[in-house]
Amino acid sequence: MNILSIDPAAIDWARAQFALTAIYHWLFVPLTLGLAVIMGIMETCYYRTGRPFWRHAARFWQRLFGINFAMGVATGIILEFEFGTNWSNYSWFVGDIFGAPLAIEGIVAFFMESTFVAVMYFGWDKVSKGFHLASTWLTGLGATISAWWILVANAWMQHPVGCEFNPETMRNEMTSFADVAFSPFAIDKFCHTVTSAWIIGAVFVVGVSAWYLLQRREAEHELAMQSIKIGAIVGLIASILAAVTGDESAYRVAKVQPMKLAAMEALYNGGNDVSLTGIAAVNPFSQPDYENQREAPMRVAVPYGLSILATRTLHGFVPGVNDLLNGYTRPDGTIEPSAEQKMERGRMAITALAAYREAKASGNEAEATAQAAILKQHFPYFGYGYIKDRSELVPFIPINFWAFRIMVGFGTLFILFFALVLFLMRKRKASPTPFPRWLLWLAIALIPCAYIASECGWLVAEFGRQPWTIQDMLPVGASVSDIGSAAVATTFFLFLALFTAMLCVEINIMLKQIKKGPEL
Amino acid sequence: MPQPGFFTRAFRLYYDGFREMTIGRTLWLIIAIKLFVIFAVLKVFFFPNFLKEHSPSGHEADFVATELAERAYIQEPSSAAPQP
Repeated sequence: MNILSIDPAAIDWARAQFALTAIYHWLFVPLTLGLAVIMGIMETCYYRTGRPFWRHAARFWQRLFGINFAMGVATGIILEFEFGTNWSNYSWFVGDIFGAPLAIEGIVAFFMESTFVAVMYFGWDKVSKGFHLASTWLTGLGATISAWWILVANAWMQHPVGCEFNPETMRNEMTSFADVAFSPFAIDKFCHTVTSAWIIGAVFVVGVSAWYLLQRREAEHELAMQSIKIGAIVGLIASILAAVTGDESAYRVAKVQPMKLAAMEALYNGGNDVSLTGIAAVNPFSQPDYENQREAPMRVAVPYGLSILATRTLHGFVPGVNDLLNGYTRPDGTIEPSAEQKMERGRMAITALAAYREAKASGNEAEATAQAAILKQHFPYFGYGYIKDRSELVPFIPINFWAFRIMVGFGTLFILFFALVLFLMRKRKASPTPFPRWLLWLAIALIPCAYIASECGWLVAEFGRQPWTIQDMLPVGASVSDIGSAAVATTFFLFLALFTAMLCVEINIMLKQIKKGPEL
Repeated sequence: MPQPGFFTRAFRLYYDGFREMTIGRTLWLIIAIKLFVIFAVLKVFFFPNFLKEHSPSGHEADFVATELAERAYIQEPSSAAPQP
């Protein structure tokens, strides 16, 4: 038996099901995080000025926050079910590394959010203004802290740190909580993800407010104008921060997941002075012939851009797909092994693991110690022992290439959009409607674009690390349970129906509440 | 009239809050249906714990070791980990 004896369709269905669930869950999380900031700012305005308008405005956005929160709650739990059923090898292998952050997330989410959400909704006129304001901010903070722990778990899969594999228990054991919880990869991921969530909140608020202006609803005019102002300020700051944190994330990816960066850039052959691809004719539906093409056709690039992004130097060396497969010498003189060398070392690690366990079972301690040493020596390449062909190590380039460009493209558009909105508000201060109608329509159209950009970010993060569930340690084929594809396919379509129905219900309730407007 | 205690006030906060809900009633109903579907249907019928079903309690490590050893591309068959 080897990896080919696992039904490939089962791997694909398990991946598709996880992707579907994660993408659906991620429709709710960013709006929760983003709206939390905006409603917090509005309630702070109420606290400081005492104007009833701000109270109505805060309550209106809190109502939409509540609808989104209620629809999103518990959708993430399904992912944990999938770990236990579809990804049992992986679940066991990651051990407590994954369990600890998820447990903290569950406790924080439950106690912090449930307590302060209740005060936020039920506490108007029943608790002091200060306590209510604190509860509103703490609701958002609780959700943000929850996101932190989830992203810590995800970051560990992208860049496993603070752990040691125990061949006795077959689990990775945490050696440093701080290394796991505050890994630079996790910090970058958190900052980029949360700032992108603020953008979604801001785009949503500006888009909904634009609809009120388009409808010329007098009762909601001030709400719309003030919401656009706050939304655009939050959105502009968040968009710029997302660009900065995105740049830092890419720098980190270049260091620990160079194949992902090469796929994002369709960089087949690396070198020094590498330019950053703006656009190129990469076929979105098929893997390019990276072995024989020098570079992607019709490439338009920014000179030195990728070297600066990946190494922070003008002439820095950036490896391409072929360099990573063939092996290369780094600028510091160290050698990156070829794919075949890594695969060989991976097989040695797996063989040593089996021999270690056999020696242990037969009570041969000396042999077990010797095999444990071999395992430790080759463990950094453990996952490569499951790779049959070097081409499996290259993620699907088109999806990484295009998803990255869609995300960055929309991110740039958001900066321009928010800047234009604020400019017009300032320039036409005296006018009751400073925005042209096309801009208001654009604001509405940008709502789905913000979600697409955010989901594209996840596509890059998750497709880019293929074939790994845990970078270099465990590929998807070894992580998945030996289950039939029909069972996973059935639940996939079950989820698809369930999620679609729930999304329709949410959009319906949300639209009704938006049409109703704030109860002034 | 004496000020009610903390627990009484906390209870009233929740009690009055739930009683005076408008859109919240619909949302709670949706949450309840969703939790029922997730825990009473999906978890029970579609998402069993694979390891618990396929390995005796306490021998999960052996099961995973066998799985991982057998899935590798080893030229000569490696000696697999002991069976549970």
